[in-house]
Amino acid sequence: MKKSVVSLKDINFKYSNEVILNNISLDIYDKEFITLLGPSGCGKTTTLRIIAGFETPQEGEVFFDGEKVNDLPPHKRNVNTVFQKYALFPHLNVFDNVAFGLKLKKLPKAEIEEKVKKMLAIVDLKGYEKRSVRSLSGGQQQRVAIARALVCDPKLVLLDEPLGALDLKLRKDMQIELKQLQQKTQKTFVYVTHDQEEALTMSDRVVVMNNGVIAQIGTPEDVYNEPANAFVADFIGEANILNGIMLRDKKVRILGVELDCVDKGFAHDQPVDVVIRPEDIEVVDPSQAKLVGVVEDVIFKGVHFEMSVRCHDCQWLIHSTVAQKVGEEIGMRVDPFNIHIMNKMFLAPDNTIITEVYYSDKENNTTTFLLEGEEVTIPDTYYEEGQKLRIVLPPDAVYIAADGVGMLDEVYIESVIWKGEHNEIILESDERKWIMQSDIDEQVATYVSLGFDFSKATICEVK
Amino acid sequence: MKKKGQKIYFAVIMAFLYLPIVYLIAYSFNDGKTSVWKGFTMKWYTALFNDAQIMGSLYNTLIIALLASVIATVLGTLASIGIYNFKGGVRSAIQNISNIPIVNPEIVTGVSLMLLFTFAGTMMGFEMGFVTVLLAHIGFCTPYVILNVTPRIKQMDSSLYEAALDLGCSPVQAFFKVVLHELMPGIFSGFLISFTYSLDDFVITYFTRGSRFQTLPVQIYTMTHQRINPKANALSALLFVTVLVILIISNIVSSRKDKEAAR
Amino acid sequence: MKSKKPSIPYLGWMLVFTIVPLLMVLYYAFTDDTGAFTMENFTNVADYSHIFLYSLYVALISTLICLVLAYPVSYSISRCSERKQSIIVMFLMVPMWMNFLLRVYAWVLILQSYGPLDTMLQFFGIHLKLIGNTGAIIVGMVYEFLPFMILPLHAVMSKIDDSLIEAAQDLGCSGVYVFRKVIFPLSIPGIISGVTMVFVPTASTFLVAQYLGGDQLMIGDVIERVFQFNHNTGSAIALVLMVVILGFLVFMNRFGDKEAVGR
Repeated sequence: MKKSVVSLKDINFKYSNEVILNNISLDIYDKEFITLLGPSGCGKTTTLRIIAGFETPQEGEVFFDGEKVNDLPPHKRNVNTVFQKYALFPHLNVFDNVAFGLKLKKLPKAEIEEKVKKMLAIVDLKGYEKRSVRSLSGGQQQRVAIARALVCDPKLVLLDEPLGALDLKLRKDMQIELKQLQQKTQKTFVYVTHDQEEALTMSDRVVVMNNGVIAQIGTPEDVYNEPANAFVADFIGEANILNGIMLRDKKVRILGVELDCVDKGFAHDQPVDVVIRPEDIEVVDPSQAKLVGVVEDVIFKGVHFEMSVRCHDCQWLIHSTVAQKVGEEIGMRVDPFNIHIMNKMFLAPDNTIITEVYYSDKENNTTTFLLEGEEVTIPDTYYEEGQKLRIVLPPDAVYIAADGVGMLDEVYIESVIWKGEHNEIILESDERKWIMQSDIDEQVATYVSLGFDFSKATICEVK
Repeated sequence: MKKKGQKIYFAVIMAFLYLPIVYLIAYSFNDGKTSVWKGFTMKWYTALFNDAQIMGSLYNTLIIALLASVIATVLGTLASIGIYNFKGGVRSAIQNISNIPIVNPEIVTGVSLMLLFTFAGTMMGFEMGFVTVLLAHIGFCTPYVILNVTPRIKQMDSSLYEAALDLGCSPVQAFFKVVLHELMPGIFSGFLISFTYSLDDFVITYFTRGSRFQTLPVQIYTMTHQRINPKANALSALLFVTVLVILIISNIVSSRKDKEAAR
Repeated sequence: MKSKKPSIPYLGWMLVFTIVPLLMVLYYAFTDDTGAFTMENFTNVADYSHIFLYSLYVALISTLICLVLAYPVSYSISRCSERKQSIIVMFLMVPMWMNFLLRVYAWVLILQSYGPLDTMLQFFGIHLKLIGNTGAIIVGMVYEFLPFMILPLHAVMSKIDDSLIEAAQDLGCSGVYVFRKVIFPLSIPGIISGVTMVFVPTASTFLVAQYLGGDQLMIGDVIERVFQFNHNTGSAIALVLMVVILGFLVFMNRFGDKEAVGR
């Protein structure tokens, strides 16, 4: 068992009634480089701020070396943070910025000087002591911020998207430097980013977060090759994500075609999400493959060609070193171990509502029921008042309505995943989750209003 | 461009603003009490400096201005930080109440405070004077401090404060070592505005001063009300020169700062 | 920094020195000297309604004159180089920092009979009463508050980019058209704040009329005089004045918002 320096247990965090973190548990081990990765609004920065002590979770426990520190204020925690926009003190020069924490510890002057000089040398800023921090470039300010955090010799260094403000080239260089710095100083780094490439490059372990929960924790290889669900697969790298049905162990059906795979342990005929990475698809002669498609688009990307292939109304993305002609029919072969099967994020295929008729109108032939406190009227349907109903809405019966005309307001878009033919969108209202289909790329982490098309619904009476 | 016309018009406006003051100053050197020129003299200046009452009110004015602006600055800076942490509706309600002394006609503020002080005075047995004037001045200065400090709080990167905590400052240390530096320009201009408004205030002082306490503006009122007093002219000249010098210096200082910032 | 506590002293302060005094004005306005409820004070206010109207009239005329005088000046200042602008603004502010009674007093000296202006006019055979009338009050008001109109106008106009005006000219706009379609609409926020900053103090100020208006009083003077013998009626007048002024401010705010939306 590795030693965990920080551990979070069942953390719940709300900000003015909005759930930011939902039951997060996480162990951070000594000397590792761990990255919290996720789209904006997923709770990664909040998690970092809880470790730093800037936020106190409403529920759950934070342990440092096995000691509960929930109520320990930030200045008494042996952690230091590198802030997103560096947060260098503009009224102090480089030396005084770096020496800030040491002076507070009341170390002797000579020792402070020695430590600061040494640290500035490590971050390549020798001779910059007297410079004003405002006169430094973004990359240099970044180094000062890192030096300022490291010089205090913290147990843990927290980095909140520290490279976000730098340009691409500088960012790539700094990624490598940061990783080397971490190895050289043998510190535990907790890094926050929304950039999956950055996370994969630098980390020992990646924590993928979405919508306030941890979707997966694993090594970069794990999360790339064995994503826990469609969200992780979609967020990390490029992927073809398709709806499939697990026929039996090691046998999956997608687009009506049975394929061999290596996964087992799913239920018989269980609907699943299937991930195939674009580089894992081998282009072969149509006669040699079960999946056949027509090339629609080819783009040269430097090391490979990116091809868009239409197969059974479904768009596939293929990376290949050999370009095919647009309009050509090709066969697509995937090795069984490159087909990755995942449980669906939304377990049921449809939205099921069990309810009671609130009132009905025989004359107009309508039935009204209550949905999260709002009256929803089903047209062209009549059931008696008080009758228990089971309403099944398939994903295509749910749509995003214009503001104010929807039946359910303030519904949060939790994930949007392209499933080859359309987006599969999972939403969350006050009391439950919803699944819907859409051809539009809806914006994740926004609030919308939902409408229901009851003509596509199946409604039956329940006793 | 009709540059010439613009320049003439501009000169006329400037003349309108300055000629009365020039006239006032010129006649401070007139050896006679009327508007007829009777020859050059400095006697009104000597009279001014020998007038113990005027010098006393000048002293009172400076003490009140200094105390009121310092207290208002401390009170207002703390208040700005606290008010900033209120949310939405409550915050804007507090800000609106805080702005009442600024938007309300001065005379209404003056009489309302007079009512308070006379009432409290009869209850607790004190008379209006130095303390009541000081309280009134703090009251109308603090909102100006808040108006100057609040934008600096808004502009401040809140992670600076967190960085200070992160590096081991207690909240109080973080305030003095980091936050105060960031808010300083706002605090300073709030202090300056408070100081000058307090120096210049007549209306509110008039209603809260009681019967004996004099400040310079009140003294000017007694000197000039319904009569001509060349000592007032001499005083105008001195005040004018003081104001001019202070403004020129502050202008030079700020333009130097701009240049440094540009470098 | 995250705490609301630092505002507690000031919240207490506001309660005692802002809210309570205004409640006292309210209380006095609705009671007689025995403390019993009465509406009589407001019937007394009606006796002063002509002075109310007169004050609003003087304020309106003075504000309009200030606007007409200030607009071209502000515009021509705003087209100067930045360095020049800051110097000019400084010189506009110097008279503002002079004590306001001394500035009124300067006009008493200038306008008095046998004063410089009177002597000059008599030389040309013109015999006019220059002081002790509405004209003198308005001159005094305009002199007092002209910078309060120029400064906000200039602040807004200096932000109008030269390239906007050039673009309009480039698109074939005549001078008048550029003014109507570009400069004027963009300067409206400045006009609104300038009008507010001149109108409110002009309508409520006291002493200017006493110095320049002879027997003619304005509402501020009335409040002061009535308060010397009757706090109840005085409070009622102050209350009405406050309501009128706050109503005006709300109206100007709304107007400003509408303009902002309209654009």
